[in-house]
Amino acid sequence: MTLRDRIAVVGVGTTAAGTMPGNDAYDLGLIAFKRALDDCGIKRTQIDGLIVNRIPDYQRFAEIAGMDPRFALVTPGQGRMSGNSIAIAANAINAGLAHTIALVYGNNGKSAGDQYGGETDRYGGGGIGPWFPYGMTSPGAAHAVMFQRHMHLYGTKSRDLAHVSVAFRKHALLNPDAVMKKPITIEDHQNSRFIAEPLHLFDYCLINDGSVALIVTTAERARDFPKPPVYVRGFGTATKLINSSLPPEDFWYEPMQKVAKQTFQMAGVKHDDLDGLMIYDNFSPTVLFSLEGFGFCKQGESGEFVQNGRLELGGEFPSNTDGGHLSNSYMQGWALNAEAVRQLRGECGARQIKDAKTIQYMCAAPLVSSVIYGTELQ
Amino acid sequence: MSAATYTKPLPKIDERTKPHWEGNAVHELRVQRCDDCGTTRFPASRWCAHCLSEKTSWQKVSGKGKVWSWCVFHRAYFKGFESDVPYAVALVELDEGPKMYSNLVGIPRDQIKIGMRVRAVFDKVTDDVTLVKFEEDK
Repeated sequence: MTLRDRIAVVGVGTTAAGTMPGNDAYDLGLIAFKRALDDCGIKRTQIDGLIVNRIPDYQRFAEIAGMDPRFALVTPGQGRMSGNSIAIAANAINAGLAHTIALVYGNNGKSAGDQYGGETDRYGGGGIGPWFPYGMTSPGAAHAVMFQRHMHLYGTKSRDLAHVSVAFRKHALLNPDAVMKKPITIEDHQNSRFIAEPLHLFDYCLINDGSVALIVTTAERARDFPKPPVYVRGFGTATKLINSSLPPEDFWYEPMQKVAKQTFQMAGVKHDDLDGLMIYDNFSPTVLFSLEGFGFCKQGESGEFVQNGRLELGGEFPSNTDGGHLSNSYMQGWALNAEAVRQLRGECGARQIKDAKTIQYMCAAPLVSSVIYGTELQ
Repeated sequence: MSAATYTKPLPKIDERTKPHWEGNAVHELRVQRCDDCGTTRFPASRWCAHCLSEKTSWQKVSGKGKVWSWCVFHRAYFKGFESDVPYAVALVELDEGPKMYSNLVGIPRDQIKIGMRVRAVFDKVTDDVTLVKFEEDK
C-alpha cells in the first residue's frame, strides 16, 4: 500500500533568523509551536503526537507546552534528523500511533556559542575524537576533505561552489526573515577567507538561533483546515553508517540513489515534475553531492550543472528559495521543509516560485533523507 | 617535552588504544586485525564491524599508503594549533586498508597531491606520546 498523499502539513511556524538571547531551545521551540498552532487554527488538545528535535527532551517540552500527547519522541540534534523525523511522523500517523503530530525544532546555537569544532566536537558520536592530536576537527573540514577529493576525481572547482552561494544569497535578499542582507558575487565568494581550504567562508552555513514547528495530520483531516493542505507525496531514508567517522568513498551517492528511487516512486513524479528543490546545505559541496546522488545530473557533473542560474528563481530548479543554511538560517533542514510548504501554499511573496505544485527536500549525510511535497492533485 | 608544556590535544590512551601508541613509541605503525575474519581496522574498537568478533590482535603494518584527500586549516579550533595555521591535515589510506587522518612532514602545501605515496614517520611530542605522521615515499 502506497503512503503517497496519506498525510499533509497543515501548520507551519518559524522565527526570524538571527540572535535570540535569553531563550533556550525549549523557549525557541515553543515560540515556533505557538505560531504553527495559530497558522492552522487548532488547539493543543487536538494534537496527539509530539516529536522534538534539537530540543533536548520531549518530556520537558511537553511539560512546558502543557501537552499530554499519545505519542512522544525526541530525535538527536543533527540536521539529517529533520527529514527522518518527518518520515517517522508520516509512518506514525499511517500506523495509527497518532492522528496529528507537532514536530518542533529549537536551536539556540548562536547564543550558546556553538563552534562545531575543537574539543567539544562530537561528530560521529565522538568518532572524530581520535584525530584531534593531528588538528583534525569540524564537519566543515570533513566536507573540505570530501570536496578536495571531488575536485581531484572530476575537475570540480571552488568557483563552481560560488554559484551555489550566490544563488542562495540572492534568495535570502528576497526573504525578510533571513540573516544575510547583503548581495555577494562570484568574486566575493572567491575572495572570502578560507576556513578549511578548499572551502571559503561563504561555503559554510551560518550559526544562529531560531526555531521551526510543523503540524502534520491525515489527508482526511487536513481538508478541514483553513489553509490548503500540503501533502507528503513521497519520502525515503537510507544510511551509510559503516566507517562513517571518515568521509564516504562515494559522496553518499549510493544511499542517495536508494532514497531517490524510493521517494520518486512513492510520489509518482520525475525530476522534471519538480518546481523547486530544498537541498540541505550545511556546506556548499553538499548541494553538489546531492544533485548527483538524487540524479539531477551525472556523477561528477554537478559543478557545471549549478552554473548559469540553474538553482536561482527563474532557473530550471529554483533551490533553497529562503536562502538556505548558507544565507537564511541554519535550521538544520527544518526551515527548508517549512519553505517547501509555504512555496506550495503560494505564501512566499517576492521569492515565490510561480505555480509551484511539487517540491523536493533532500539531505545528503550518513543518514540520507528526502521528502517530496505537493499541492492538491488537480 | 612534558605533557605540561605541550599545548596541542593529546590522545586518550586507554587499555584498548594503548597498543597503537606503544607501537608508535618504537616506530612501528600498528592497527587492529580481527582474529576471526582478518579485517584490519583503525582507530581501536572493541568489536569487528565486519563479523562482530571481539577477538583481535594488533598487527604491525607497512606504514605505507597514499594521500586519499586533504584540507588546510586556516582557523585554529584548538589553542595548541594557533601558531600552526595554516596547517594541512591529510587523510591517508594505508596499503593494508584502514584510513587515518594525520599530518604530512616535509611536503610543502602546494605539492600535496591526492594519490601521492607516503610512508609513516614518528614524532615524539611528549614523554608518553609519539604521533604517526607521513612523509613522501619517493
